[in-house]
Amino acid sequence: MKRTFARITPYAALSPMALTVIVAYVGAALWTLRISLTSSRTFPSGEFIGLAQYQRLFDNERWMLSLHNLAVYGVLFILACLAIGFLLAVFIDQRVRGEGVLRTVFLYPYAMSFVATGLVWQWLLTPGDGIDGALRAWGWHGLHLDWIVRQDMVVYTIVIATVWQASGLVMALVLAGLRGIDPDIWKAARLDGIPAWRVYAQVVLPMLWPTIATVLLLLSTAVVKLYDAVVAMTQGGPGTASEVPTKFIMDHLFLRSNVGLASAGAVVLLVPVLALLAPYAYARSRKEAT
Amino acid sequence: MTPPIIDHSAHPAIPLAPVPVRQVAVRKRGRRLTVARIGIYAFLFTAALFFLLPLYVMIVTSLKPMEEIRAGGIFALPHAATLEPWRQAWSGVCTGAACEGIRGGFWNSVLITVPSTLITILVGAVNGYALSFWRARGANLLFGILLAGAFVPVQVMIYPLVRVMALAGIFGSLPAIVLVHVIFGMPVMTLLFRNYYAGVPQELFQAARIDGGGFWRIFLQVMLPMSLPVIVVAGIMQVTGVWNDYILGLVFAGRDHLPMTVELNNVIMTTTGTRQYNVNMAATILTALLPLALYFVSGRWFVRGIAAGAVKG
Amino acid sequence: MANVHLRKLHIALGGKDIIRDLDLQVDPGEFLVLLGPSGCGKSTLLHSIAGLVEAVEGSIEIGGRDMTDADPSERGIGMVFQSYALYPTMTVEANMSFGLRVAGTPKAEIRRRVARAAGMLQLDALLSRKPAQLSGGQRQRVAIGRALVRDARVFLFDEPLSNLDAKLRAELRRELKLLHQTLGSTMIYVTHDQVEAMTLASRIVVMEQGRIQQVGTPAEVYERPANRFVAGFLGAPAMAFIDGELDGAGRYRAGTLALDLATPGAGAVTLGLRPEHVAIRDDAPLRAEVTLVEPMGNHQVVWLRCGGHALSALVHDTRVFQPGQQVGLAIDATRVSLFDPRDGRRL
Repeated sequence: MKRTFARITPYAALSPMALTVIVAYVGAALWTLRISLTSSRTFPSGEFIGLAQYQRLFDNERWMLSLHNLAVYGVLFILACLAIGFLLAVFIDQRVRGEGVLRTVFLYPYAMSFVATGLVWQWLLTPGDGIDGALRAWGWHGLHLDWIVRQDMVVYTIVIATVWQASGLVMALVLAGLRGIDPDIWKAARLDGIPAWRVYAQVVLPMLWPTIATVLLLLSTAVVKLYDAVVAMTQGGPGTASEVPTKFIMDHLFLRSNVGLASAGAVVLLVPVLALLAPYAYARSRKEAT
Repeated sequence: MTPPIIDHSAHPAIPLAPVPVRQVAVRKRGRRLTVARIGIYAFLFTAALFFLLPLYVMIVTSLKPMEEIRAGGIFALPHAATLEPWRQAWSGVCTGAACEGIRGGFWNSVLITVPSTLITILVGAVNGYALSFWRARGANLLFGILLAGAFVPVQVMIYPLVRVMALAGIFGSLPAIVLVHVIFGMPVMTLLFRNYYAGVPQELFQAARIDGGGFWRIFLQVMLPMSLPVIVVAGIMQVTGVWNDYILGLVFAGRDHLPMTVELNNVIMTTTGTRQYNVNMAATILTALLPLALYFVSGRWFVRGIAAGAVKG
Repeated sequence: MANVHLRKLHIALGGKDIIRDLDLQVDPGEFLVLLGPSGCGKSTLLHSIAGLVEAVEGSIEIGGRDMTDADPSERGIGMVFQSYALYPTMTVEANMSFGLRVAGTPKAEIRRRVARAAGMLQLDALLSRKPAQLSGGQRQRVAIGRALVRDARVFLFDEPLSNLDAKLRAELRRELKLLHQTLGSTMIYVTHDQVEAMTLASRIVVMEQGRIQQVGTPAEVYERPANRFVAGFLGAPAMAFIDGELDGAGRYRAGTLALDLATPGAGAVTLGLRPEHVAIRDDAPLRAEVTLVEPMGNHQVVWLRCGGHALSALVHDTRVFQPGQQVGLAIDATRVSLFDPRDGRRL
């Protein structure tokens, strides 16, 4: 009796996790999938209409614009974060003085909420006031920093704000990776007469591949999840110029009462995430097997 | 805000003999070395300015009276510094219908964060412990799915959760939002603890088994007491994540328990007349204050939290 | 192969003096081992020869040229690290040719040098493999090959075998010795393992606290250690030290232990006894009691208490000894060492 009790205890202890996974994650995702195949509007309906919602989705101008915006944003965000984070990490790794202070400075934005970040940068980039006003006050009348109210430039403002927030994280991760490199490799490279930049480019960077893969995964999923910053900074505007898929989905779920369409959008959003996770999971299971 | 998960496949190597960078510039490479170092410091200094700029502007703006702001000069220090915007932000601004300031949001956030953090840490610890030391069929698969779930946008799961909570009659209440935070905080917390316990020698666990310990006894009397470092890290990450959350609070907390981030956004949205930039900035600082303070106080643990999200095989 | 000459070398790290006033001459083609315990400065000395650590004072001459201020890559040296430090994402061929490619050496020349080094080290079949796919011995050879292609004339080794298990260590040690015989290059090798030092070295430099305690052939440092530290560091089981007195008539006394030494001189001395110079014979003048027996397969180490002093004896036959047994001891008086009890110097 005691043995049986002891045997099931781990299962019992893990039951909250099992419940969460099965109901809240898998179950909810499946339900969303189901709704996306129905004609639900304010409430879920039982009427199956096949892939019609997806059809409507891709006919929807706002959705297509949000996808386009996300793509542009994503590429810029990831590239900028990688470049800045990597450079910061490499430079800090050169045994600079005040390393602790610098790391604190570069990483503190990550402790701020997206909302706070969005609001501060909204203020900074407000035309007339903000940086624009300061430039004018300093006499640079030709320069107009009005990106945040221009439909063709507003996405870049969101890039700036979120890159400001996330580069520190990339720096921290890359720095940790750099510190994991055998110092003897540096000595050997010095003896070989390899200049420092080449060591970084041709020895260190390839060795850091797992770290970079992880950073890419984190950044990419952050791109897909982009919501709070847009809401706080531009509310998707001007007009719909900075609309993003998550906002489209949320608006249609709660404001425009079109649950079916929104669910279709959510499922579509799931696809790139799964596509990113699959090779990662595959590589991990391969490593575990060896 | 989802705390990150990274992959470490390298261990920090322990050098045999200390090899410092040459302190004295060698005759041949002397000049080049100094120029390069100047460039490094210049870049880092410029970057630091870029990173500190918003913080500076935030603080400075929040201390200026509106006339000074209207006069322009976002970078200028306040001439007549005042704490009035802060007072207003705390107890006077309008967040939607009520005009009681943002302090309501502060207490709501506290009410949400404390139970969320405590419960999630407990659940994460038990999960991590069970996954590391006990063999349960399917546990690793479930854990894998849980981790994958951390990367999935919350919009995929949000509506069904809303309906379920509405059906259970708890939608828009404090228990609802706490439960939601536990659900979405579970992946990273479990990961943290699992990785931590993976570093505990199996022999310790086996010795406890031989001494007659069962599942809960070993957890409560052996593992938990030695988990203080990871609990601190988990606490920091969870508090930061829950406090800074916006979307879950917006959807699940209900009008009476809106967290500070949501209230903050409402403050900015509720523009009757001219925008009170100084009050807005004060409100923003107040909202960001807790996690920022936590960060500045516990910086090293914060970084350790990021690095401790390491997935090892 | 080149010689290395160190003069009045003074090295400090982090404000602390590690090595002061060190002079050392390394002959071309010799295998010099820097031997000493952790922290004695041997690794730092090696790093300064390599140019990885700057010397505060003194001069370093390699191959007759002053290299004190020269860049590590310009000193004509190669270094093999404990971890071998091969570039993990490059093939063996790329590892060896990287330095040459960076220096802008023409491709044909690179190919020639790599082929020659690979031939000498039997790496031809492994050129397209990555370090993770190589055995420990192969990695060691690639590390050496990296230095060979740059026509290094002095090879430095920083405890390359310390991380390995005993069997692999012995195997690679022999490979290294063979390599030295083939290449004939000057090799400077750092280790804390006296077995490695004894088997590999043409000369051993024993170091402690940044100072050279003795320089000599393995036989010299073993048979005639210059001070108590060297005597105790070399040889396993270690030399036994017994404080006693010389009576001026050639007789040494330490309690009930007495020995006839053909040495004049009187006063307090410390006697150094190696286990192989202590024989257990029934007809011997000294009496001792067995405390512990350690069988080693091809010999036994018998620990004894003689006149209140602990010492050990090496026994090569199959006699059986029991703890508590009373035996007779004979000590080869011609092979003992005498040290000054105050400063440990050899007398």
